[in-house]
Amino acid sequence: MSAKPPFTLLSLALILTLAIILATGMGFISIDPAEVIRVLWIKACGGTFAGDMNPTFPFVILEVRLPRILTAALVGGGLAMAGAVFQAILLNPLADPYTLGVSSGAAFGASLALVLGILGVALPVYFSVPFFAFLGAMATLAVVFSLAAPDGRFSSNTLILSGVIVAAILSAGIGFIQYLADEQVGVIIFWLMGSLVGKTWTDVALTAFFAFPCLLVMLYFARDLNIMAFGGRTAETIGVDSRRVKKILLVCASLLTAICVSVSGIIGFVGLIVPHLLRLVLGPDNRLLIPSCFFGGAILLLTADTITRAWLPTELPIGVLTSLIGGPFFCYIFRRKQLGGQ
Amino acid sequence: MMKLDKDVASLFVVNKGCFAYRAENVLQDIDLNLAPGQFYGLIGPNGSGKSSLLDLLTATRLLKSGQLLFQGKPLGGYAKKELARKIALVPQQFAMGFDFTVAEVVLMGRYPHIPRFSNPTVRDLDLVEDAMVKMQIQSLRHRLITDLSGGEKQRVVVARALAQDTEVLVLDEATANLDIHHTIEIMHVIRRLVHDQGRTVIAAIHDLNLAAAFCDQVIVLNEGRIFRTGAVTEVLTSRLITDVFQVEPEVQRALFPSLERSVCGCSCPAPSFPPPLEEALSDHPRPARTLHSTPERLSQDRSCPVLDSSGLLSGSIGH
Repeated sequence: MSAKPPFTLLSLALILTLAIILATGMGFISIDPAEVIRVLWIKACGGTFAGDMNPTFPFVILEVRLPRILTAALVGGGLAMAGAVFQAILLNPLADPYTLGVSSGAAFGASLALVLGILGVALPVYFSVPFFAFLGAMATLAVVFSLAAPDGRFSSNTLILSGVIVAAILSAGIGFIQYLADEQVGVIIFWLMGSLVGKTWTDVALTAFFAFPCLLVMLYFARDLNIMAFGGRTAETIGVDSRRVKKILLVCASLLTAICVSVSGIIGFVGLIVPHLLRLVLGPDNRLLIPSCFFGGAILLLTADTITRAWLPTELPIGVLTSLIGGPFFCYIFRRKQLGGQ
Repeated sequence: MMKLDKDVASLFVVNKGCFAYRAENVLQDIDLNLAPGQFYGLIGPNGSGKSSLLDLLTATRLLKSGQLLFQGKPLGGYAKKELARKIALVPQQFAMGFDFTVAEVVLMGRYPHIPRFSNPTVRDLDLVEDAMVKMQIQSLRHRLITDLSGGEKQRVVVARALAQDTEVLVLDEATANLDIHHTIEIMHVIRRLVHDQGRTVIAAIHDLNLAAAFCDQVIVLNEGRIFRTGAVTEVLTSRLITDVFQVEPEVQRALFPSLERSVCGCSCPAPSFPPPLEEALSDHPRPARTLHSTPERLSQDRSCPVLDSSGLLSGSIGH
């Protein structure tokens, strides 16, 4: 455990950097990775682009691809971190960032914004959809928390159950909105499947603004989270204020999920698979697991997004792709858990 | 207000303590005064409030009314981490969903002593090693906690609490899942913490024989109230067992004059009785009598209380 964690994190960071550079070069216009580095270098130094370079490259790299790629990395990293924290807090390896109904709340908010746009209420959709999604997610959290813990204690089972109940109600609400949307229901469905198309630097800044502080808070409490694997009562006698830590981390992870969902729609399974896989490889110590999840999630979502963007003949919604990979994996974990007899 | 000098000498003082879970009163009118350096056994039937009392003493739950002082200061006034350096808990049940190794779990006992973002010191690692040796789990150190048997897990949890290195150790039926060999081993280790190092142990114990054999003092709870407290030899009588546990104890003359020693000798590899018990035995040189239910019951129950002729439960481990 002494020299391993820095090495692991460094390697993951390196892979992510490499993936970002490679992905930036891939697409309809293929750009050599060396050229990508050159453009980034010139931009970083504040220089002007020389005449020997294809004049479209800087625009394609800096204004089209990089925002989308960085958003994908940040959203993937954020969802994976949130997943790791949810699994640790709820003491349930099958928990994911959407367990508490955050996704349903965001979906409801987004659907509402879209249907208002369709019905002619003048709202700029590019702004109102993420904003409503975020509000929906936060409102859902407030309801789930007050349902689960009237006495200030958050037991895993009541939290999960409250999440399921609230999500079920919201799903009915989404169904109703889709019915209202009538023939234009496609817009809502497409949003629900998640997409990173057309992301701008604003999205990058917004996601980073939430992701990095959340990462720091999670790292700060990572050791307490390890102790909380003993369960709340014992953890308290080892000196962890488990109720407080639980509250802070639940809010933090949910906030992070909410911002990810409002930026990119509902992207499933990244928050489930990545913490799970990394826990298998690196062990359950959250001090290493949480930062590793950030890098792992970023790499995975970036790869998936690059596949749909650059390789597939038509651009598949990213949520569909991750769920197609994630679904069977979920079944595998579930089956193994059943066979494990726990 | 209680006399101050008395409060400081006592480890725990509970005054008119009441505790309710949801709307139900669990503990009522609890008055306790626990001295340091003693092994307290907490006994009582299921649902008598033993776990709740331990929750109060470890500050995981708060009194509804009344007062609870620890070392002269209200227990609620301590910071969690400060308290964790003074009081450790061994829970009855233990499930860990994540596969930490045994050594990692034991090291978690050092959590309140190690500052955030710091590595454990040599002393921390020594205490972890020592705790693992005491619980005989050194060979399991790299095994995953999720792969261990119930008994092995329980020894890891006790080791974790030992590594916490606290003045007070609270055990909530810590040996309930263990076989008799490991039960006696653990009780001996804990007994030595009290006897050699002057620590205080408060243990909820179902097995009256264990309580009789290892504790100095017993606290008897019944229906949420304190039924009796006092030295183990004075309190654990057949009368009390009848009153509290609603079992008719049957006193039989033992076949062997010193049944206690012989029985213990064959079940426990290191049969050294705790000193208070030896004294208790020498005070009653008459042949021992055993308290049995019926032979059929005996074969089901792992143990049964052992009484001497005066009806006192003098304490033994019986099969």
